Amino acid sequence: MKQVKHRNSASKILILGTVFLFTFFNPVFGQDEVAADAVVATEASSGGDVAKGEELFKSLCAACHKRYKKMTGPALFGVADKYEREWLYSWIKNSAAMIASGDAQAVAIFEEYNKTAMNAFPQLTNTDIDNILAYVMVPKAEPVAAAGGAVAGGETDGSGISANVLLAILALVFLMLMVVLFLVNNTLRRFAEANNIELPDSESKTPIWKAFVQNQFLVLVTAILLLLASGYFVYGYFMQVGVDQGYAPIQPIHYSHKIHAGDNKIECKYCHSSARVSKTSGIPSLNVCMNCHKSISEVADATATAEHSKEFYDGEIQKLYKAVGWDEETQKYTGETEPVKWVRIHNLPDFAYFNHSQHVSVAGVECQKCHGPVEEMEVMYQHAPLTMGWCINCHRETNVKVADNKYYEKIHKELSKKYGVDQLTAAQMGGLECGKCHY
Amino acid sequence: MSSNKKYWKSVEELNENSSIVETLQQNEFVQEIPTDEFLGDKSSLENSSTSRRDFLKYVGFSTAAASLAACEGPVKKSIPYVVQPDRIVPGVANYYATTIADGYDFASVLIKTREGRPIKVENNNLAASNGDANARVHASVLSLYDNSRLQGPKKAGEDISWDVLDKEVGAKLNSLGGKQIVLLTQTFASPSTSKLITEFKAKYQNVKHVVYDAVSQSEALDAYQVMYGERALADYDFEKVNTIVSVAADFLGDWQGGGYDSGYAKGRIPKNGKMSKHIQFESNMSLTGANADKRIPVTPSQQKQVLAALYTYVTGSGSKSSLGADLDAEVVKVAKQIQKAGSNAVVVTGLQDADAQLVVLAINKEIQSKAFNESTPRTIRQGDAKAVAQLVKDMNAGRVGGLLIAGVNPMYTLPNASEFKTGLEKVDVSVAFSMHSDETASECNYIATTPYYLESWGDVELKKGSYSLIQPTIQPLFDTRQFQETLLKWTGNSATYHDYIKSAWTGILGGTSWNQALHDGVLVKPSLPKQGLVEALETPEGDVPTSVDAAAAPVTQGPNLGAAARRLSNAKSNGLELVLYTKTALGDGQQANNPWLQEMPDPITRASWDNYLTVSKADAEQLGLTNENVSNGALNGSYAKVTVDGIEVVAPVIIQPGQAKGSVGLALGYGKSKGFKEEMKVGVNAYPLYKNHNAVQNVSVAAAEGVHEFACVQLHNTLMGRGDIVKETTLEIFNTKDKHDWNAIPEVSKNHIEYEVTSPEVDLWDEFDRSVGHHFNLSVDLNACTGCGACVIACHAENNVPVVGKSEIRRSRDMHWLRIDRYYSSQDSFESDNEKKDNIAGLGSSLSEFSEMENPSDNPQVVFQPVMCQHCNHAPCETVCPVAATSHGRQGQNHMAYNRCVGTRYCGNNCPYKVRRFNWFLYNNNDEFDYNMNNDLGRMVLNPDVVVRSRGVMEKCSMCIQMTQKTILDAKREGRPVKDGEFQTACSAACSSGAMVFGDINDKDSKVAKLKEDDRMYHLLEHVGTKPNVMYHTKVRNTTEA
Repeated sequence: MKQVKHRNSASKILILGTVFLFTFFNPVFGQDEVAADAVVATEASSGGDVAKGEELFKSLCAACHKRYKKMTGPALFGVADKYEREWLYSWIKNSAAMIASGDAQAVAIFEEYNKTAMNAFPQLTNTDIDNILAYVMVPKAEPVAAAGGAVAGGETDGSGISANVLLAILALVFLMLMVVLFLVNNTLRRFAEANNIELPDSESKTPIWKAFVQNQFLVLVTAILLLLASGYFVYGYFMQVGVDQGYAPIQPIHYSHKIHAGDNKIECKYCHSSARVSKTSGIPSLNVCMNCHKSISEVADATATAEHSKEFYDGEIQKLYKAVGWDEETQKYTGETEPVKWVRIHNLPDFAYFNHSQHVSVAGVECQKCHGPVEEMEVMYQHAPLTMGWCINCHRETNVKVADNKYYEKIHKELSKKYGVDQLTAAQMGGLECGKCHY
Repeated sequence: MSSNKKYWKSVEELNENSSIVETLQQNEFVQEIPTDEFLGDKSSLENSSTSRRDFLKYVGFSTAAASLAACEGPVKKSIPYVVQPDRIVPGVANYYATTIADGYDFASVLIKTREGRPIKVENNNLAASNGDANARVHASVLSLYDNSRLQGPKKAGEDISWDVLDKEVGAKLNSLGGKQIVLLTQTFASPSTSKLITEFKAKYQNVKHVVYDAVSQSEALDAYQVMYGERALADYDFEKVNTIVSVAADFLGDWQGGGYDSGYAKGRIPKNGKMSKHIQFESNMSLTGANADKRIPVTPSQQKQVLAALYTYVTGSGSKSSLGADLDAEVVKVAKQIQKAGSNAVVVTGLQDADAQLVVLAINKEIQSKAFNESTPRTIRQGDAKAVAQLVKDMNAGRVGGLLIAGVNPMYTLPNASEFKTGLEKVDVSVAFSMHSDETASECNYIATTPYYLESWGDVELKKGSYSLIQPTIQPLFDTRQFQETLLKWTGNSATYHDYIKSAWTGILGGTSWNQALHDGVLVKPSLPKQGLVEALETPEGDVPTSVDAAAAPVTQGPNLGAAARRLSNAKSNGLELVLYTKTALGDGQQANNPWLQEMPDPITRASWDNYLTVSKADAEQLGLTNENVSNGALNGSYAKVTVDGIEVVAPVIIQPGQAKGSVGLALGYGKSKGFKEEMKVGVNAYPLYKNHNAVQNVSVAAAEGVHEFACVQLHNTLMGRGDIVKETTLEIFNTKDKHDWNAIPEVSKNHIEYEVTSPEVDLWDEFDRSVGHHFNLSVDLNACTGCGACVIACHAENNVPVVGKSEIRRSRDMHWLRIDRYYSSQDSFESDNEKKDNIAGLGSSLSEFSEMENPSDNPQVVFQPVMCQHCNHAPCETVCPVAATSHGRQGQNHMAYNRCVGTRYCGNNCPYKVRRFNWFLYNNNDEFDYNMNNDLGRMVLNPDVVVRSRGVMEKCSMCIQMTQKTILDAKREGRPVKDGEFQTACSAACSSGAMVFGDINDKDSKVAKLKEDDRMYHLLEHVGTKPNVMYHTKVRNTTEA
C-alpha cells in the first residue's frame, strides 16, 4: 500500500512541477490580453467615456438591447460604424418622430423589428450618447475568459497536490525516523550482547484481555455499555428512516437559488407567490421565469464560479427556453413546450396537512425558518428534518402573531387570561391538536 | 336481546339427521389440508431442491431486502404549468356556476374545481328555483370521470375522425329522397338549442323533432295545455300553503323534476305553534308519503276515485263518490280541511292520467291555491309519448330516413324496444349522440360522442323566465363534440356554440351583462314576452298533442271536467296493480354507472345496489313471498315473476310496510346491460313493463325460484319504543304541554335524588373548558329532514369515502360516514310504540310483545334520522383507544389521526352510535374493488385536502374539519372574525331543506346557538351522558283534524 502511495505522490510531484511553471508564467499572458482589450476600447471610444457609457447603457438600454446579441432591439455592437453619428443622436432622442418623418433607415429598422417602437430619450445629451456608443463599440472579449478559467482550475489543483505532498514528505520523515530508531536499537542490543550485559526479560504477566475476561464486573459493565450503545445507534437508524434531511436531488434544470435569491435578492414570494394564499408554495410556472429571462439570456461574467462556468449557466437558461418554447432569434414563443419535471424535495406524507399561507401570511414566518439559508444554496436541499417532533417544537416555542388581526382579538384575550400569559404560543392556541394537521 | 329464534343458512341445516351439516359443523375446512401427503412422503421431501434451511435463508433475505428497500423514499416529480392560467392557484379551489340538464335532473349548481378538476357539486344559492342539488346531482361529478365513457366518434364500433363523420353523415342526410329526418332528443329546455333546431329544419327539409322523456310526464303536460294553453308543468311553491294534499305525487322525490323539498320543509318547522299539514294518498311507500302527517295507502285505481270524490266534495259539482265507506269518510275529512284552508291549500297528483291532472288543476283553480303560480310553469319536461309512439310506427313503415338520437337511450327505456330496433334497421342513417356505447348507441350507424355537462356550453329555461347557463368547468377529457356544436356544423354555421348562445341571449340578457349572467349561472326575467317558450316547444307536425279523450276539447271551450271526474270515479282494476317508480339514487337510470349512487341506500328500504318488487305483507303471504334475515344479519328475499301482457320480469321481493294492499311497486332505472362496468350491472330492467309510458299497470305476480341476497344497511326496522333515539310528538301536545312532557331530559338517581343526566352532579368526567374560541355544533331538525340523501353523497364527495360494493355492504361493512336511519312504528304511531313498551309487565309478556314490536305495522309512521359521528364531549371512543389515535379538540370535534390508528376497533365497539367505520380492505388501487378509486380517471374526483385512508384503520365523520379549518384560515388571513353561516360541513351545505345547520355555539348570536336553546332540542341517547356536539330536534306531527 505504502509503495503505491509513494509512486502516486511522485507522479504528483512531477505534475506539480509543471503546474508551478504554468502558474508563474500565466498571469503575464492574462495581463497582456487585458491590456490589449483596453487599447481596443480606448481606440473605439473616439472621445467617449466607456465607464459612464456602461452605466447609462445598463440603466436605460439594457431592457431591450444587448451589445453582441439581438434582443427586443438589435445588437448594438458596431452601430456607430453603421450609422451617421448625427442620425444616431436624433434616433435615440426621438425615434418615433424620425419614423413619422419617413426617414428611410428609420422606417427600415422599425419594420425589421415588428414595428416595436423604441422609447424616446430626450434627456440624453450628445455626450451621453457618445459615452454609450463608446461602451457598445467595445468588442467582445471571448477567448481570454476561457483560458483564464482553465488556469484558475489548474491553480486550485496545484494547491490540493501540495498538501498531499507535504503529508507524503512528513510520512517519509517519520518512516526514516522509525528506521533510524530501529537501527539504533539493534546496534545498542549488539553492544549489550557484546558486553555481556543481561537484558531483563519481560515478566510473563497475564495478558490484559485475559485479565479483562476474568473480571466479571468489567465484562458486565462493558456488555451493558455495548448494548446501550447499539441500542442508541439502532434507534438513531430507525428514527432517520424516511427523514430526508439534506436531500438534494439533481434537477432537470440547474436552478441556483444562490444567484436568484442571494446575489440578485429576488423576494421568495415573487416566484413562489401561492405561498401567500394556498397550502402549497407552488413551483413557479415557466411564464414567471420568463418575466425576467426574456431579457436575460445569459449570465454576467461575474456569475460564473469555480464550480460552474458561464457557459454552464447559459446552457441552463437555454434549457428553460426550450421548455417554454422561446425562440431567441425571433424573440417569440413557438408554442412548442416541454413542461419541466422537477424533482420534489420537500415531501410531507399525505396524512399530514400543511398550509403555507397559514405560516407565511398569517404567522409571518420567514421562509428561511423551515427552508434554511436558501439564498446561499447553489443546489436546493432539504434543510429541516420535516418530522413531527420538529413541527411540534416550533409550535411550542413560537408565539402567535396576533397584532392587528381582528380574528384573534377575542380568543387571544380570553385564552391568555386563562393561561396567565401575555403571549400565547401556537401550542396554547390549539396547534398541538391531532386533528389540526391530520385529516 | 335474547330470542329463541333459530337461524339457518341453508335448508339442509333444518334436517337434524343430515350428515353434511354434522361434518360441516365439525370441520373448519371443507377440504383437508394435504399436510400428511406432503410431509409424510420422504422421497418427495428429499427430492425437493429447497431445503428448510434454504427456505429460511430466502425468507430472511427477502425480509431484509424488503425492509431496506422500504427505507428509501420514492422520487416524486412536480410539474408546474408552463403558463399558469390567471385564476388558478394550485391548492386553492375555484367555483363555477353551471347547470345540470340531462333531461331528468335540472338544477343550477356551483362546481368546485381544484387545479382544474371538478371535485364537488354545491348548491347555487343565487338560484331562485332548482338551485338545490339532489343526491344524483351531487354524484354527477363522479360520472364525469367514468372510465367507460367513449373517447371519440365511432362508426360501427370503429374509431373515425370527426371530419369523416361530418362528411359521411352530411352526404347521407342530403340524399334521403324525401324521407323524414327525425331528431329524437331529451328535454333540453334550452332556448338556443330550440333556435338551432329550427335552423336545422330550415336547412334540411322534412325534419321532425320528437322530444322523449324516459319517465314520461306527457299526460300532465297535455292536461296543462288543455287548461292553460301551454304545454308545460304546473309550478307549485309549498312554502306558501299550510295544507298539502297529494295523491301519489312524490314531490319530495322526482315528481315533475323535483326540487320542491326546500319550500316544503320550510312550512314543516313549527313556528308560532303552526306548521303545514300534509296528507298523502299513495300505494308505494314514497319519500313524500314517509314525511306525511297522514298517509293513506290506496291502490292506483282507488287514487283516481279519491280524486274524483275530492273534486266532488271541494267544488260541489261532479259525480257521487264511488269509494268504500271508510275511505270515503277520510276523503270527506280531507275535503273539509281543504275547504277550511281555502287558498292556503294545494292538491297535487302524480298519476299519469290526463283526467286526474285536469281535476287537480281544476281543484287548485277553484280554491285559488296560493302555491300555484300560473305565470311560471315548469318547462323541464317536454316529452311527448304519442309522438314517440308515432315515430316507432314511422320507422317501421320505412318513412324515416335519418335518425339523430341525442341524450336518450330508447333501446333501454322504451317498453317496445324490440319494435324500435326493427325500425332502426330500416332507417338509412342513424346517429347517436351519446357518452357511452349504450343499448341505443351500439345499434346506431354512428356514435357522435358527446362531452359531459361539465365539459359543455349550454343554456336552460328551467321555468318560464328563469334562465340558467351551462359552462364548462374542465377541458373536454376526450375527443368529443356536443350535440349543438355538431348541429351548428351540419347547418353550415361556423360559429362556436358558445358564440351562438351569446348571440341568442342578447334578447334574454336585457340589462345584465353576459359575464354577470355567466358568473351567477342564473338569470330571472319575470316579464318576458310570451314567445321563447312556445316557439321552443314546437309541436311535431300532424301530431298535435291531443288527449285521448273528450277532455281535449279546444281550449276556448274549456275542458269537460265533469266527464273527467266521472271517468276517474269509474276506475277499476283487475287483480294487482303495479306502480313503477324511480328511486332516489338512480332516477331514470342515466347515472347507473355511478358507484356512489349504486351504493347509496334507498331512504325507505335501506337497500343498496338493487331494485326490487315492493309488496304489502298481506299480498306477500298470499303469494308465498318471503323475506328473511340470515345468520350474519343480511336480508334475503324470494323472487317473483311479474307479468304484464305477456312480458315477464323476474325481480326480487321486499315486503314493504305501508304498501297498499293490492299494489306492488318496482323501480325503473336498473338492469342496464350495455356500455358500463360489470360491477354496476345490478337489478332488473323494469322499462319493458312501462307500457304506453304509463306508470300504473295491471300485473300478475307469482313466486319464482331462488333466493335473492340483498345488500341492506339497516336491518331492524322499527323503533320498538326507544324514545331516546327518535323523539316525536304531535302539534297539539307541542303547543299545549310543557317541554318536560314531550321532550324530557332523562334522569338518574344519586343518593336517592333524581338529577337530570346533563347535570354536572352526576357526571363521571371533568368538563373541559370550551368557552373560548369556536365550539362547533351541528343541528339536525327531524321535522325538516325529508331523508333525500343529498348529504350522504355530498359527504362521499367531500371526504373521499370509498365504495365497497354489494357483497361488502351485505356484510355490514359499509363505509358511509353519514347514514340516514329510517324507523317505522310497530303500532299506528310512535307514541303507541312507547306506550306498549312501557306497559310490558314481566318476562313472558316482554318476550312476546318485543317480538311483536319487531314487525312494523301495515301503515307505519316513518322517521328519518341522519346519524354521523356525534362528536361527544365525553367520547367513549377516546378513552379506549390504546394508541390515542382518537382525541378531542377544543373546538368540539373528535379527531381521528389515521396514521396513528393500529386498528384494534375498540373505539368502534365502544361507540354507542355505531358511526365508526373500519377499513377492512385497501379500497383504492385494488382490483377487488373496481370502482372509481381503482383508475386514474376516477381518482381525479378525490378531494386533495382529505387523506385517502388505507387498510386497517378506523375512520369516521370529522365534522368536515378541513372545511372549518379553511374558514378559520380565510378569516385569519383577512384579519376579521368569522361571520355566522360561514362555517359549514359538506352535509349542512348540501341540505336544501334547512334541516342541518352548522355553526359555532360560542357565537351567541349564531343560528345554531339559538337552535341549541330550542325546546325541541335533544341529544341522541342522552342518558348515556356522552354530551354530543350533534343535536336533534324533536319531530312534531300535525295530526289536527279539520
